[in-house]
Amino acid sequence: MAAEHQINAGFMPLFDSAVLVAAKEIGFAAREGVDLTLSRETSWANIRDRIAIGHFDLAHMLGPMPIACNLGLTPLASDTIVPFSLGLGGNCVTVSNTLWAGMAEHGALPDLDPARAGKALGALIRERANAGRDPLRFAVVHPHSGHNYELRYWLAACGIDPSREIEIVIVPPPFMADALAAGRIDGYCAGEPWNSASVVAGTGHIATVKATIWKTSPEKVVGVRKAWAEKHPEALSALLRALHHAARWCQDPANRGELAALMAQPSFLGLSPALQMPILTGHLALGGGAELTVEDFFLAFGKAANFPWKSHALWFYTQMVRWGQVKHSAAHMALARDTYRPDLYRAALKPLGVALPGANAKVEGALTAATPVGSAGASLVLGPDGFFDGRIFDPDRIDEYLAVRDWAML
Amino acid sequence: MIRKSLTVLVIDENHIRASIIEAGLREAGHEQVTVLHDVAGIARRIAEIEPDVIVIDLENPNRDMLENMFQLSRVVKRPIAMFVDRSDQASIEAAVEAGVSAYVVDGLRQERVKPILDMAISRFNAFSRMARELEEARSELEDRKVIDRAKGILMRSRCLSEDAAYALLRKTAMNQNRKISEIAQSLVTAAGLLDSGES
Repeated sequence: MAAEHQINAGFMPLFDSAVLVAAKEIGFAAREGVDLTLSRETSWANIRDRIAIGHFDLAHMLGPMPIACNLGLTPLASDTIVPFSLGLGGNCVTVSNTLWAGMAEHGALPDLDPARAGKALGALIRERANAGRDPLRFAVVHPHSGHNYELRYWLAACGIDPSREIEIVIVPPPFMADALAAGRIDGYCAGEPWNSASVVAGTGHIATVKATIWKTSPEKVVGVRKAWAEKHPEALSALLRALHHAARWCQDPANRGELAALMAQPSFLGLSPALQMPILTGHLALGGGAELTVEDFFLAFGKAANFPWKSHALWFYTQMVRWGQVKHSAAHMALARDTYRPDLYRAALKPLGVALPGANAKVEGALTAATPVGSAGASLVLGPDGFFDGRIFDPDRIDEYLAVRDWAML
Repeated sequence: MIRKSLTVLVIDENHIRASIIEAGLREAGHEQVTVLHDVAGIARRIAEIEPDVIVIDLENPNRDMLENMFQLSRVVKRPIAMFVDRSDQASIEAAVEAGVSAYVVDGLRQERVKPILDMAISRFNAFSRMARELEEARSELEDRKVIDRAKGILMRSRCLSEDAAYALLRKTAMNQNRKISEIAQSLVTAAGLLDSGES
């Protein structure tokens, strides 16, 4: 039978494209009548351009990227919506061996504790400043990325001004490990497997991870050209169902070997299957022989990982405001909120009778433990979702959240 | 009044394509052209060159880094925007399809830049065509080699003339609705297997 729906999608070579890749390669898309064509891209800018001119109907995107498009913060921005999240967590902050040694002298331990690591980094930064040395240089993958915001959040909460006390540059993820090894940067925040790549090469040390800075926090999403989604609601629904099944398959420990082998292929990541295992198991080699298993390090499916929470969109928005990328206004906030579309997710998945959250937004950081929540007909567990500094983000009280000045920023 | 000629920066990791673009720009009368093959130290170079127009290939993974730098005009002194204007959908599509993008300093009039982008698009397309033709020529040469080997095998094992060996390959290919080179490759592979079995 010929496929009913033709869909063109772009992706970047990062592990969290796995749900899209599995939808195509393991056959979930075909089962829903979707002929899914995947194209690997070399930059987020290319993905944005090809979405805008219609080469792609949808793509693997950084969570804040569609919001930045809708706010007009990027060139060639086209209206983009988010009906599906590709997972929670998965990023690390990796530093050079030299920087790690300096942090260790100031009390950092290989335990991934963001507060302890941040305190040590702050002490080291002040010591360097007093000695008249150049500021440390950190890299992130894109200005409108979870990586940029979580790195800045972590530093600021530890009393380090990320805009003045360090330099932040943009480096494509596959170049991070090389840039660190060559001494062009002192540290970076990127998704896997590009952190483990430095650890395996013996040139970096994982200092902390996204899953401890903000537990079960949003990362990549499926960004869809709004005009296409409005014209092809059935194709989108069919694809979302395929992605739902693919995500469940990706999360199942029984499929880890097969998924690692699939993502290792040259047309996807082109890296050894062994390098895909840390993100799948949450068991990380940190460098220098230290190892640690991180709870909920990356969730492809569990804990409503695929639900496009409006509170996630709004948190990204607050960080855009906080770091001067956009001015705060009711109109801007509404644009950010409307970018994420839980209604489309619900409509597509309702026929499957699966667990759906009862609300479209939640107070982020309120759950200190895994908590069963009421949902439509089936059981669902959320959290813990805490920020490491104990702050709470209430999407209904954004003005208050933005009004709190960090003491480091004064 | 003579208009100041535009300063153009071409960023392309492909040396041959970069020189084709550079030649095109010079032919069009642009004398201030700089070509960079990698982006190491690019911020400093841009500050030195102060380009009016930056042409970059879309395969370059550093576009995100460059766009971020352009937006922080502190580094590059003058704000730089992406050329492709929303009003000119045809140009955008042609550029993306050709695999090229351009950035221009703010305020530069579109009609001054469009000929540069058009030239880059046509040269990028010409380069792709050339690369494709080269690839076709290469595979044609490979095909001819394998057909020659298959003919040799047939001539030896079935005592056929060269013409008869070729005719047999062609007839088999037609009957199976496949290319002669495919039939030849199968024969060469099979012969290789049989040979190694004997030794």
